[in-house]
Amino acid sequence: MSVVLLAHGGGGRLMADLIREVFLPRLESPELARADDSALFTPPPGRLAFTTDAFVVDPILFPGGDIGRLAVCGTVNDLAAGGAVPLYLSAAFVIEEGLPLEVLSTIVDSLAATAREAGVRVVAGDTKVVPHGKADQLFITTAGVGCVPEGVSVSGHHARPGDVVLCSGALGDHGMAIMVARENLGFVGHLESDVAPLNDLTAALHSLGPDLHVLRDPTRGGAAAALNEIAAQSGVAIQLHEEAVPIHAPVRVACELLGTDPLTVANEGKMLAVVAPEAADAALAAWRDHPLGREAAVIGEVLEGPAGRVQVRTAFGTTRILDRPLGEQLPRIC
Amino acid sequence: MRLVDEFRDAEAVAGLREAIARRLSRPAKIMEVCGTHTMAIARAGVRQLLPPTVSLISGPGCPVCVTAQGEIDAFLALGECPGVVLASFGDMLRVPGSTGSLETLKARGTETRVVYSPMDAVRLAAASPEKEVVFFGIGFETTVPTVAAALLEACRLGLRNFSVLSAHKRVPPALAALATDPELAVDGFLLPGHVSVILGLEPYRFLAEQHQIPCAIAGFEVTDILEGILHLVTQIADGRAALANQYPRVVRPEGNPTARALMERVFTPTDAVWRGIGPIAASGLALRPEFAPWDARQKFALDWDRFANVPEPPACRCGDILKGIASPHDCPLFGRGCTPARPIGPCMVSSEGTCAAYYRYQIG
Amino acid sequence: MCLAVPMQVKRVEGHDAVVEQAGAALNIRTDLLDEVAAGDYVLVHAGYAIQRVDEDEARETLALLRMFGIDTQTGQTTDATG
Ligand code: SF4
Repeated sequence: MSVVLLAHGGGGRLMADLIREVFLPRLESPELARADDSALFTPPPGRLAFTTDAFVVDPILFPGGDIGRLAVCGTVNDLAAGGAVPLYLSAAFVIEEGLPLEVLSTIVDSLAATAREAGVRVVAGDTKVVPHGKADQLFITTAGVGCVPEGVSVSGHHARPGDVVLCSGALGDHGMAIMVARENLGFVGHLESDVAPLNDLTAALHSLGPDLHVLRDPTRGGAAAALNEIAAQSGVAIQLHEEAVPIHAPVRVACELLGTDPLTVANEGKMLAVVAPEAADAALAAWRDHPLGREAAVIGEVLEGPAGRVQVRTAFGTTRILDRPLGEQLPRIC
Repeated sequence: MRLVDEFRDAEAVAGLREAIARRLSRPAKIMEVCGTHTMAIARAGVRQLLPPTVSLISGPGCPVCVTAQGEIDAFLALGECPGVVLASFGDMLRVPGSTGSLETLKARGTETRVVYSPMDAVRLAAASPEKEVVFFGIGFETTVPTVAAALLEACRLGLRNFSVLSAHKRVPPALAALATDPELAVDGFLLPGHVSVILGLEPYRFLAEQHQIPCAIAGFEVTDILEGILHLVTQIADGRAALANQYPRVVRPEGNPTARALMERVFTPTDAVWRGIGPIAASGLALRPEFAPWDARQKFALDWDRFANVPEPPACRCGDILKGIASPHDCPLFGRGCTPARPIGPCMVSSEGTCAAYYRYQIG
Repeated sequence: MCLAVPMQVKRVEGHDAVVEQAGAALNIRTDLLDEVAAGDYVLVHAGYAIQRVDEDEARETLALLRMFGIDTQTGQTTDATG
């Protein structure tokens, strides 16, 4: 089995081969193929959005996705949450020597396919190989550029009392799939990451114009972290209705077994939206029409205060405060 | 979820709530002994369902929270032995000993592994013969039999690179210590359902019979907890003390004798220190001498006495807080030296412990 | 003190079993129970079945709960404790 060698990162012939054989044919990008030092393109009219994210995930291949798909979705979704239409990506690979070429190819394949699915082009790239033990198999950093259409203005600062909080689908799939796969917890089947590019889903809300206030993808720290950020940025309180939050049954069971709150578990294919109350029905309908939003739901509302507080209303009419989690979620026994 | 969702019925909750309110006119303090009850009570907002006369006090909490600093120090010290992998339940990762936590040790390069089941640690040892896997045995009687079974499996497989550092705790001696404390200001005990699955009813009878403390064993769904509280307020209102079992679907009078036999085969009672509370006689469990090859204390010649004498933080008032005679504000460390991110006593270590709740919800 | 979830036994092989609840399946050990059979509900803690769930007892508790539920609608008193 051929593996990536330190020499593949040495700038010599092996590196040229790696780029020619593994990266270029898969990414099908004229900008990359030119092999110039930077990609040149004409910006579209309007405001530009620009973001970057580094991806480290263990395992790099997981149920429902892999680090390549994740690296595209993470950046595309950050652009989408900024109200932008994503256009171009860069991707930088830090490879630990010894990574099987086959695995690398699979991941680049997946990255390329996801970019096509999202309608973005990878226009710049870089590869470095580090000695064994200096990285964990593969790290990918992507950056992305997008343009924000006229009339769209979303920000974590825009939530207002009376607004409605929507969620594009079931929460907790990604984080539980990763936890279960990484810690080898003996779970069998049924837990799959939701990793998906959401730019099409967010674009479906652009027609709401000024009624679309906030978009946020609840990744690390889950919905709990995302909603706490919004509540703090906007100086409002947010109330969730526990029963209204969609959570897939197997995820719920896994969370109960492992002592995890699904609201604090990471998602990579879900979007939260805060919209004006009069636009809530239209927003929900637009999401439910979309293949990635079939399980979309209204999950809560924005309250006057206390500023920065997120609370959950239970089926029994009680409330509890939803904090952002302290750190990484780990399986617990009590 | 079958056998789960049925016990979260909103109408039954409303009915139980009314029944509790109707039953009691005088104020009553009920201690939920178990940390998982504390968490479940916070999650469902049970306090908001109770009349102002009924207040809940969080008891000794979870086995993780009461693990003594010295026990954690001992486990962390083992990380310095060559080839050792420290395996632990995830709950333990951030709980600090006197010098650091498993999390900080891991960051500095010690090989650690979070497991969901003690059997995962045995499998790890079987798969890596070049490594020495040390499992941190924490937990009450619910968890102890699983560790005993895993250890016996390691014996059966002839694994010599697996050992257990036992910091297990026993619930009945802690309850006895509480019950005999003249300062205890509690009118009833909500007893831990899952410990009782193993122990059965017998070990609790003395609470009602000798100490006249009303007791109810309860499950962990919201209706279970409310029904347990209803049992308690009924006894309190009637001025009697009995042992009620609200959780008969898994708590049999005799408990689980098979699990107890495994536990007793591997472990034997020993004195132990509870974090923030102090020493309680016969409240810990050590491996029996015949399991010395799998006992990390013996195997690594740990100077156990030294670790057993690591002082608990003197200012911590947890001991009084969970007896119901002090509030977190009486503690000089509250919010200063002791916060959820850097907890000192068990009431802060547990995310729903009394101090953590006071800190988070800015009570008082 | 201890998280445990009822799950249904699907397969048993020696001391190993596969249990399932609402689509989540898990490999567990059954060392702590004398008898387990496919179809049983067991309480799972730390990867072990620690007890069989007695479904008759569960039904009785539920029947009691239903009475409390009905009470709120009719406003009657139930004395169901003992
Ligand atoms: S604030 Fe910290 S040190 Fe003080 S009683 Fe609570 S847990 Fe102990």
